[in-house]
Amino acid sequence: MHSVISVKALNKKIVTSSEKSQQESLIENPIVFETDDLNLWYSDTQALKNIQLPIYEKNVTAIIGPSGCGKSTYLKTLNRMVELVPGVQTSGTIKYRGKNILDKSFKVEELRTQVGMVFQKPNPFPKSIYDNIAYGPKIHGIRNKKILDEIVEQSLRGAYIWDEVKDRLKQNAYGLSGGQQQRLCIARCLAIEPDVILMDEPTSALDPKSTLKVEELIQELKKEYSIVIVTHNMQQAARISDYTAFMLNGELVEFTDTNTLFSMPKDKRTEDYITGRFG
Amino acid sequence: MVVRGQFELELNGVKKQVVELAGRAKQQLVDSVQSLYDADVEMAARVIETDKKLDEMDLSINESAILLIARQQPVASDLRKLIVAIRISTDLERMADNAKNIARSAIHIGGKQFGIDQSLADMCDVALRMIDLAIEAYEKEDIKSAKKLAELDDIIDGMYANVLQGLLEETATNAESIQLIMQIAFSARYIERFGDHLTNIAENVMYLVKGETFDLNG
Repeated sequence: MHSVISVKALNKKIVTSSEKSQQESLIENPIVFETDDLNLWYSDTQALKNIQLPIYEKNVTAIIGPSGCGKSTYLKTLNRMVELVPGVQTSGTIKYRGKNILDKSFKVEELRTQVGMVFQKPNPFPKSIYDNIAYGPKIHGIRNKKILDEIVEQSLRGAYIWDEVKDRLKQNAYGLSGGQQQRLCIARCLAIEPDVILMDEPTSALDPKSTLKVEELIQELKKEYSIVIVTHNMQQAARISDYTAFMLNGELVEFTDTNTLFSMPKDKRTEDYITGRFG
Repeated sequence: MVVRGQFELELNGVKKQVVELAGRAKQQLVDSVQSLYDADVEMAARVIETDKKLDEMDLSINESAILLIARQQPVASDLRKLIVAIRISTDLERMADNAKNIARSAIHIGGKQFGIDQSLADMCDVALRMIDLAIEAYEKEDIKSAKKLAELDDIIDGMYANVLQGLLEETATNAESIQLIMQIAFSARYIERFGDHLTNIAENVMYLVKGETFDLNG
């Protein structure tokens, strides 16, 4: 009577549909940024150690980790803003669409038209809403009023703020709420039609409602853009990202699809961090 | 970290509640089968009354787990611990319902002494061993004990088939006792269901430890 059926079944692991789709998505996505063996020093202090990380096209990649882990530093290497800090030295490569951006011959201006950035605190220019958006395209030589009007409207629509500001485009951007200012900054970023958008804790200065709007916006934006977001808010990373990288002391501890990282992280340090045991 | 410490404390509190419910469900099985063998209607009534308390314990575990999820937003193993506590609690509550049904059969038989052979008690013994093993697997997060549960469930299934065969033969020779025989057959089925729920618990322990879904009932 004692059958062997269940003994066979002991190893019958059920592969769920979400697990299947994760495995498939890892193979198919094209890569925008390919970081290989990246090291970075601020004078004598090493801030990034042997970072190996792909950024996938039209996906949201979140970078999490405790303060000082190097996540913002890494983000700023992707548009070479980190070079503004005196004494910075790097080794290794970051290939953007196949070209090494750390190479001396790579023009930083070219990179920054492709890679936009949104900062922690909304930083609109002390200008009108219209001029905030038109500023970038004007620098790139667009003078035609009609084209500029179109860019302004498209960018504001793209950042889901058009309906809130369309009747006051000439008013100073400082009159907007914090959440609106941040979406204006995202619209400003969109105006130069970037390929990648970097976000450095874009909602940490916003209230929950504005945070939700920006998060919804990120979900929309990833249809057209590749997004890399640094966030302190782990729930946010879990909510909005497709891939998550966990960094600690300048090292990349774990990088995988977000579902796996927040349900079955492989590294104990990741598990300890996301469950709040340290950090 | 004070907050983390508090969370650990509450997480352990939920686990303790689950283990306590498992102990109570085990006692309900013992008492219900005892009431059947002893034709003790009063004892059977007590089992039915006690089941309400077990339903409350299941609800309480669910509430505690849901509150912790809502307030602490746990992830990874912490989240699995709470989800598994909810699932195991549901299985335990259903096991207790089966004990209640055995007690109902005892009442249905209505105190008539008619002598049940050892086979039902033997099934019950295996189920009790399984409960002990399930509690141990859950408390220690031990996959080996969990796997052993699936093997014991096969034994119970085999015993159940034998009991049914015996009872079927009994109906041919003892037609006037058919009501009694049916109640015994039901009770055997209720004990067999214990085994299935305990196998579910084993699956949940494996999910808790490995984060993967297994089918041990297959």
